[in-house]
Amino acid sequence: MPETRTITLRINGREEDGRFPAHRTLLEALRHLGHMEVKCGCEKGDCGACAVLLDGMAVDSCLTLAWMAAGKEVTTVSGLGDLDSPHPLQRAFADGGAAQCGYCIPGIIIAAKAIIDDNPEPSEDDIRLGLSGNLCRCTGYTKIFEAIADAADEMRAEGGAS
Amino acid sequence: MYAPFQLDIPTDLNGALAALANGGGETVLPIAGGTNLIVDIRAKRERPDRMVGLGEVDELLGMEFGAEHISLGGRTTVSDLLRSPEIAREAPSLIEAARLFGGLMVRNTGTVAGNIASGSPAADLVPPLLVLDAELTLASESGTRTLALDDYYLGYKQDARRPDELITRIAWPRLPENSANTFYKLARRKGDAITVTGVAVALSVADGTCTRARIALASVAPIVLRAKQAEAALEGRALTPALIAEAAEAAAETCTPIDDIRASAGYRRHTVEALTRRLVTQAWNRLA
Repeated sequence: MPETRTITLRINGREEDGRFPAHRTLLEALRHLGHMEVKCGCEKGDCGACAVLLDGMAVDSCLTLAWMAAGKEVTTVSGLGDLDSPHPLQRAFADGGAAQCGYCIPGIIIAAKAIIDDNPEPSEDDIRLGLSGNLCRCTGYTKIFEAIADAADEMRAEGGAS
Repeated sequence: MYAPFQLDIPTDLNGALAALANGGGETVLPIAGGTNLIVDIRAKRERPDRMVGLGEVDELLGMEFGAEHISLGGRTTVSDLLRSPEIAREAPSLIEAARLFGGLMVRNTGTVAGNIASGSPAADLVPPLLVLDAELTLASESGTRTLALDDYYLGYKQDARRPDELITRIAWPRLPENSANTFYKLARRKGDAITVTGVAVALSVADGTCTRARIALASVAPIVLRAKQAEAALEGRALTPALIAEAAEAAAETCTPIDDIRASAGYRRHTVEALTRRLVTQAWNRLA
């Protein structure tokens, strides 16, 4: 049997322990720990449904080994905000009707957060390039692009608070 | 879900090289971003017994901009390239390849060294690095050697890296004054696409003469390769449309493309010629 190891992940600001073998991905570990908002899509790095922030950088959790995320800060879409106090991105997606089935949206909002963190005033081209690792099979992308631009506007108006 | 493996996470380069050297008959693979490797393990194309995670080997971080050379540490990611104004100035070909590389999350973790070591004929960072005359530093417990990237590939997905070696640095000489380097990725869409035809060109011009020409082609042969006959047709000459057309034809003759789901061999050969002509013409017009 392969070696298992208890690792501590800091998920949305809270420390959580789990015991996993070396080949377990961060995606599998997160879902095992109950973070079902992180979705499993292609498991190839093409669809971005599993995207999370790792120390602030967007990564595909399906391509990240859980052990290698130990001790790092993991942020899922739930860590950005909730129904009572949504993140400007979450509010913009809801207000703009930027989701249909919604499966891809947790990963898209994570990628969008990374895009805006990198550049508070992204052009449509910046947004498109930043979302090149996220697939949505329902809506087409127009409302998604618009929601991200709206959220960026709002976040700048709020003085860069995130 | 997929075959289990052991994982070492060394905290320095010596530890990583020791872990790679002490396989004892096991298949041991280094892993940085994992954006190829994890996919290959899931698909059972790779079956490691043990992996060596490089995420804490800080000696592999960082880019160096010396007076004569530029070099990238082995853990430099595609996103690191895009955040570097120096790379944008010195290697626009590399930036163009990095911009259209995979998706955001893949760019954030995928490394330049990993793209090289994947041995894929469609590795987008390789044509720009070939036209820059990049050289690799390969380190192992038994020593360090340097190897021209041009000598690295032995055949389809076969490379000169021994299993106990790591690509620790990727370096290239700064180009002389009045040089240009460019890359064009032809693919079926802009984002997250596998290249149909990739062409990189570097040109240096002095006194109205092309002093140095490099042309590299991706996705049109078992390996990424230089079109050396085309380069030779340009070097030492004042370029004319007829000469550039001749070089472009030579580039198309160098490649040995296949038909696949993305394009036919004939289309690939045609686009090698068209893109070589276009990129060389643009570079010449800018410099001469």
